Amino acid sequence: MTDSMSEPDPTEPTEATAPAGPGGAPADDEGAGAEPVDLFAPRTPVDDRWFDDEAGPVVRLFSMTRGRARPVDDGLFDLISLVTAAGPVPGPGGARPDLVLDPEHHAILGLCRDEPLSVAELGSYTDLPVSVVRVLLGDLHDADLISVTRPFQLAQQPDERLLRDVINGLRAL
Amino acid sequence: MASVHSDAPSTSTAARKAPWATSAVKILIAGGFGAGKTTLVGAVSEIRPLRTEESLSEVGRPVDDTAGVEAKRTTTVAMDFGRIDLKPGLALYLFGTPGQDRFWFVWDELARGTLGAVVLADTRRLADSFPSVDYFEQRGIPFIVAVNCFEGTEVYAPDAVRAALDLPAGVPVLLCDARRREDGKELLIRLVEHAADRAGVRL
Repeated sequence: MTDSMSEPDPTEPTEATAPAGPGGAPADDEGAGAEPVDLFAPRTPVDDRWFDDEAGPVVRLFSMTRGRARPVDDGLFDLISLVTAAGPVPGPGGARPDLVLDPEHHAILGLCRDEPLSVAELGSYTDLPVSVVRVLLGDLHDADLISVTRPFQLAQQPDERLLRDVINGLRAL
Repeated sequence: MASVHSDAPSTSTAARKAPWATSAVKILIAGGFGAGKTTLVGAVSEIRPLRTEESLSEVGRPVDDTAGVEAKRTTTVAMDFGRIDLKPGLALYLFGTPGQDRFWFVWDELARGTLGAVVLADTRRLADSFPSVDYFEQRGIPFIVAVNCFEGTEVYAPDAVRAALDLPAGVPVLLCDARRREDGKELLIRLVEHAADRAGVRL
């Protein structure tokens, strides 16, 4: 028995050879030498080392948007379009308990509840790519939970009063 | 009498939100890698420069024998930007353009509706600012050139830089230290003046 196992066979499970090694831990089918994993135990810092930033997001970005993308060119969510949360806080316990939102939706609403923030700022503060933020903002807009102000298109129609406001604001810095 | 008029709408939602009935404009800070774009954004912004990412799926170009088998991959481009609140209800965003010149799709998005651009030039690598100058010139976007005078570099006359970059007449060329807030402020003011000039607006 031991002789036949001395040549490791790549097709055999490696656990089978382990008990034959020096040290002679008793063979145990269950667990195969590894500690049993309790999926419900609280995560320790040792576990967390697998979930650092280098490992990338734990949740794939496309699953956060359920595979949806949004065209950049529709202009509503320009990088400097300003977004403000509108209406009461939605969700269970608040207004519109029927509405199911993801944590990222709530994070965005929380950020722009007190003051308008640009799409670019929302991307930065939520640490999500702008393309993902646009999809989430689309959901919130469809549910009438945000108001959006598009930026001036200065290249097409320079506005004298706006240019004056910008100059005066810069001089006052 | 005036107080009656001002009191009445203040109870409405619109008036309560009036200070935040915000609009925004943007200015681009362009230039080659290491020209000082993020430094300049940070020097004039009221907040520490923020970073956001644009990630796009693009169809990869076939590079070997598997021509025809198109691989989809995701490109991520980081953008640094800052914000200046010019007055209640008006915010100015400064966007540093991605240094990698192949990310033109991000440039197009950034350039849409922009007030104008500051092209930062480093005299040690003047050629690095050619792509930016070309980009704004071709699209008719108002821009100025700012020569970032790094310590220890020879200071060039603006006219020498203008000639080297073959700039059209009327494009302002300034010397600056991108770390200095006052310099950054002056650059932005000159850019807005230039943009107004070109649009025939008297400020």
